[in-house]
This record gives sequence, C-alpha cells and structure tokens, in this order.
Amino acid sequence: MATEVIEKVESRSTYLNNGHTVKSWLLTLDHKRIGLLYLFSISIFFLIGGIYASLIRLELVTPEGDLLTPDTYNRVFTMHGVIMIFFFLIPSIPAVLGNFLLPIMLGAKDVAFPKLNLLSWYIFMLGGALMMYTLINGGIDTGWTFYPPYSSIYSNSEVTMAGVSIFITGFSSILTGLNFMVTIHTMRAPGLTWFRLPLFVWAHYATSLIQILGTPVIAITVLALALERTFQIGIFDPKLGGDPVLFQHMFWFYSHPAVYIMILPSMGVISEIIANSTRKRVFGYHFVAFSSLAIAVFGFLVWGHHMFTTSQSMYAGMVFSIISYAVAIPSAIKTFNWLATIYKGSVSFSTPMIYALAFLGLFTIGGMTGLFLSALGLDIHLHDTYFVVAHFHYVMVGGAIIGYLGGLHYWWPKMTGRLYPETLGRISAVIVFVGFNFTFMPQFILGYLGMPRRYYAYVPEFQVLHVLSSGGAFVLAVGFMLPLFYLAWSIKYGQKAPNNPWTAFGLEWQTASPPPTENFTYNPVVTTEAYEFEHVEEIRNAGKTGAIQTA
Amino acid sequence: MSDHTEHHIVSPKIYFAIFGALMVFTAITVAVARFDLASVWGPLNIIVAMTVATIKATLVVLYFMHVRYSSKLTQVIVIAGLFWLLIMLVLTIADYVARTGWPTPLGQV
Repeated sequence: MATEVIEKVESRSTYLNNGHTVKSWLLTLDHKRIGLLYLFSISIFFLIGGIYASLIRLELVTPEGDLLTPDTYNRVFTMHGVIMIFFFLIPSIPAVLGNFLLPIMLGAKDVAFPKLNLLSWYIFMLGGALMMYTLINGGIDTGWTFYPPYSSIYSNSEVTMAGVSIFITGFSSILTGLNFMVTIHTMRAPGLTWFRLPLFVWAHYATSLIQILGTPVIAITVLALALERTFQIGIFDPKLGGDPVLFQHMFWFYSHPAVYIMILPSMGVISEIIANSTRKRVFGYHFVAFSSLAIAVFGFLVWGHHMFTTSQSMYAGMVFSIISYAVAIPSAIKTFNWLATIYKGSVSFSTPMIYALAFLGLFTIGGMTGLFLSALGLDIHLHDTYFVVAHFHYVMVGGAIIGYLGGLHYWWPKMTGRLYPETLGRISAVIVFVGFNFTFMPQFILGYLGMPRRYYAYVPEFQVLHVLSSGGAFVLAVGFMLPLFYLAWSIKYGQKAPNNPWTAFGLEWQTASPPPTENFTYNPVVTTEAYEFEHVEEIRNAGKTGAIQTA
Repeated sequence: MSDHTEHHIVSPKIYFAIFGALMVFTAITVAVARFDLASVWGPLNIIVAMTVATIKATLVVLYFMHVRYSSKLTQVIVIAGLFWLLIMLVLTIADYVARTGWPTPLGQV
C-alpha cells in the first residue's frame, strides 16, 4: 500500500519538477518557488550576520580590546544588526513560510499579484547586493539605528549607500504586505470565512498592516538623512537648524513596529504548531486573532520608549510608557491562551513543538523584561546596557527565530516532500534552547551591573559572565548549523513525506507533498472551523477529507 | 469578498473642473504670498498655506486618483493611511510642544 502511494508521487507533477532550468526558477511566478528563493537568500544573509555575531562574542571573551580595533568593532556590531534585522528577520517568516503557505491555506492557486511577488524578491536582492557592496567597502559604524550625528557629521563610512540599500529593501517588504493583504481579502476559498481562517493567516494580516503603513516612514527617514548629507538641508543636524531627536522619532515610528513585523508571524506559526501538537482547537481563537491586530495597532503608539533618556518631553515619555505597558496585554492574551490550549491536550513532543514550548518561555522573558525597560525610572539605569541587548534578543531570537525554525520544521515535509530526521531535529532544538539561554541570560545580569552595549572592552569583573555568554553563543551556533546540514541532507536522502505527516487539519495538509504548481487539483470548499481536532475522526469517517470537501 | 465595483468612467468635464479648481487655489497661494499675514495673527501664514494645500491634495486624491469612485475597502485603506500619518505627526509634535513650558517646564515638577 505504502509503496503504491510513493510510486504515484514519483510520477506526479509537482511545483518542484515543473521545470529544472535556472530560468524556470529565476522567472517563476509560483509563490512556492519564490518562497524557496527567499529561503535560500535569507539563509545566506543569516550566515553572514552570524559570522559578525561570532566576531563580537570572540572580542568580548577578554576584558581588553585585543581581537578587533575599536573602529572595526563598531562596524562589526552595526553590520550584525543591519543584516540580521533588514535582511533576515523582517523577511524570514512572511517571505518564506508566508509566501509558501498563505495561498495554500486560503485554498488559492497563487497570491493576488504573482508578478509583484517576484518583483519583491528582485528588489530585496538589489537592496541586499548594495548592502554587500557596503560591507565589502568596510561596512558602516553608526549602529543599526543610524542615529545622527554618527550617520551625519561624524560619519566616515558608507552611510549613504547603506541608506539607499535600506530604502530599496523596504519596498520589497511593502510589496509582500500589499500582496498578502489583497490575497487574504479577495482569494479565500468558498466557505472560508474570516473566523475559519488559520491563526497563521490572521497573524500575517496584522503583519501586512504594519509593513504597508510603517515601512514608507523608514524610507522617508533615510531619504531625509541622505538629503541632509548630500545637500546640507537642515533636518537632523542642529548646526543646520535640525534636531537629532526628530530622527529618532521618525526612525522608531517604523522600527518599533518592525519588531512586531518579526514577532507576529512567529506567533502565527506557534498557534498552528500548538494546536496540532496538542490536538486541540486554539483556546480563545477570536482573542488570539484580534490580539494580533491589537499588537499591530498599539505597536505604532509606543516608539517614544526608545527615547526616555533624550530631550524628549517628560510628558510625552509618560504617555509612551503607559501605552508600552498596554502592548503587553495582547501579548499576554496570546501566551495564556496557548497555555490553556496545551492544558489537558494530547501533547506530542515533536521538533516543532519543542521549538514552540521554547518560544513560550523565551518570549515571556523577552516580553516581561520589556516592561522593565518601559518603566520611566528604571530605564534611566538600564538604557543602552546589555540588559537591552538581552531583552531584544530574547524577543527576536527566542521569539522570532525560534518560531521560524519551528515553522520550517513543521512545514518542511510539505515544502520539500521529504521528512527531516526527527531525533536530530529534537536534539538540535534542545541545543538551541540551552545555547540561547547561556548566551543571553548572563547579559541581563551584565546590563543590570552596568555593562554598556556597543563597548569592545570592559572591566575585568565582568569577564566570567562574558565568557559564559560567548560559550553559549558557540553552543547556539552548533544548534543553528545542525538544521542547516540535516535539512539540506533530507532534500536528497530524506524519507519521502506523506501528504499529511502530522495528521493536521489545515488546507495545506489536504493537498499533496510537495504540492502541484496549482496547489490543488480540485476547488477546495471549506465547511468547518480551522482547528476541529475534536471531530477530525468523525469528519474523516463521514467520508470527507478533513476540513474540506471536493467540489 | 467581492470588492470589485464597476469601473467608473469620469467625464472630461469633471477633470477640467477639478483642474480649474486647482489653478484657482494656486492663484490664491500666489496672491496670499504677497501679504504678510503674520502681522494680523502669528500663525496665520502657515494656516492659510496648509489649508489650501490640504484642499488641493484632497481634490487630487478624490478625483484624479479615483478614490471617490472606489470601493469602501479602498476608501478605508486611504483613510487608515492618513490616520497613521496623523499618529506620527501628533505624537511627535506633542513631544515638542510639551518640552517647554507646558504645563510645567521639564525638571520643575
């Protein structure tokens, strides 16, 4: 029986065997292939960003600045931040998993604008190429935040080129957001009402909102910076009549919501994994869905909490502080609802679920320490210390990257038609969790004790904690490299995946693994909610195929 | 789900009328520039200039960009975009206004 199925798969036409030429990949309009193009590109950027991270941790093993010069160190941490944020984290889940899965989850054949989708990848690669040019020319030393006067009068590096690169890359993000939003509005399968959508889709809808409304502002900001540098128009430079804090207002109006661009899709992935791995409907579906939108909207009202120690008005600071506390509410709603989903569920500890459980713990720590930082008084002590560095790595690595890895494992059989080695997957997930905590937990203590961020030398008392952190980073690197190897290995040698290896419930599991170019060989019609695990057997026994009926 | 409204064809008459209105507003801007309204009331210059500019922008968006004839969803998106711009402007300006003298100068609470 099993061999029969596999033989059928061999002869079947899939999106992967529909053309083998380079042209068939580089000019493809298939959202699944574009997702893989993104996967390949961002993996390279992740490696480059990771090399910079290793240099930082190596320098900080000893209190003296002995490995890198101070100027090189500035460039290294800046390039680490710029590449990881703009070229890995922001495109990670939406552009890879979102691109691949969103149309399939909606029962559509592709996104609403396939050509714009391909264009977004080319724009991304153009921005990436310019950033590589900047990197080869020595990189920039402003910090990833580009604050003037580091980026204006005191800059001696390729700031303008880096600015152009960010400007261009932003449009790729806008196009992806636009495409997703229109696709979700107009291309849902018959019967797929808003409240039958998987929570992955809701999370991507909220993300698209931020991408469309926020990203133009970073474009304006770097454009203003370039205008000031080139034509001496006074915008941010006090000498020309500008105000450096204005830059921070404009920069964080995008860059704070950008944090939610990174974390919201990850939350969508976690909802899918937890529902499937506990065999339960996500507790409080409506609350989890709307809390994504609440995070997207409230996320735009908190940017001033990055500027408590500047000349920003105390009154504005108070308002920003209160709203920052308010953002914790929708995040907490999600976390508690996921816990309630796990409660009395039939939990299986598969690799994706280990990542999801790691996410729950790490994101909670990342989120809670955010509340420390949004307290006006405490922030004066913690501002620009390693406490901040630890906090945002708990959110971005412990939240966003862990979610991305969990999602990549969860949908890997669907994307490639191959199973990854499960035991190795579990081991590497645990290595990532342990290595991550060893890297960043000491940084909370370091920061609280007064270790400033972006310093390449420090007092000898801090060495033990720094060595712990660097050792943890080595373990973390092993945890990140393992999936790279075994996932690549599984593409050729992995066991062939059945259509629904997790016996999961979404539309994406009702089509073949890997899916055909047109996603479905029939028109899917949806008759049930997203997570009807309680009735999955009844529905199957009644002769229906899971969530859908063929029409 | 079906937001595809019929494609509305705008008569040239309306386009010319809008064009005329924009020209009139441009003339107003030029005419007003000859007087220093600040002598009447401090911020009057900027208020008049911004009012004229806002009306012109609204006309362009509504007629030349066809938002008036678009679906409700498109209109909501346009309004949301403007609302988001407003968030940035209002909260940023609130900081600048509150830095000096309102209601108590910084550091004197």
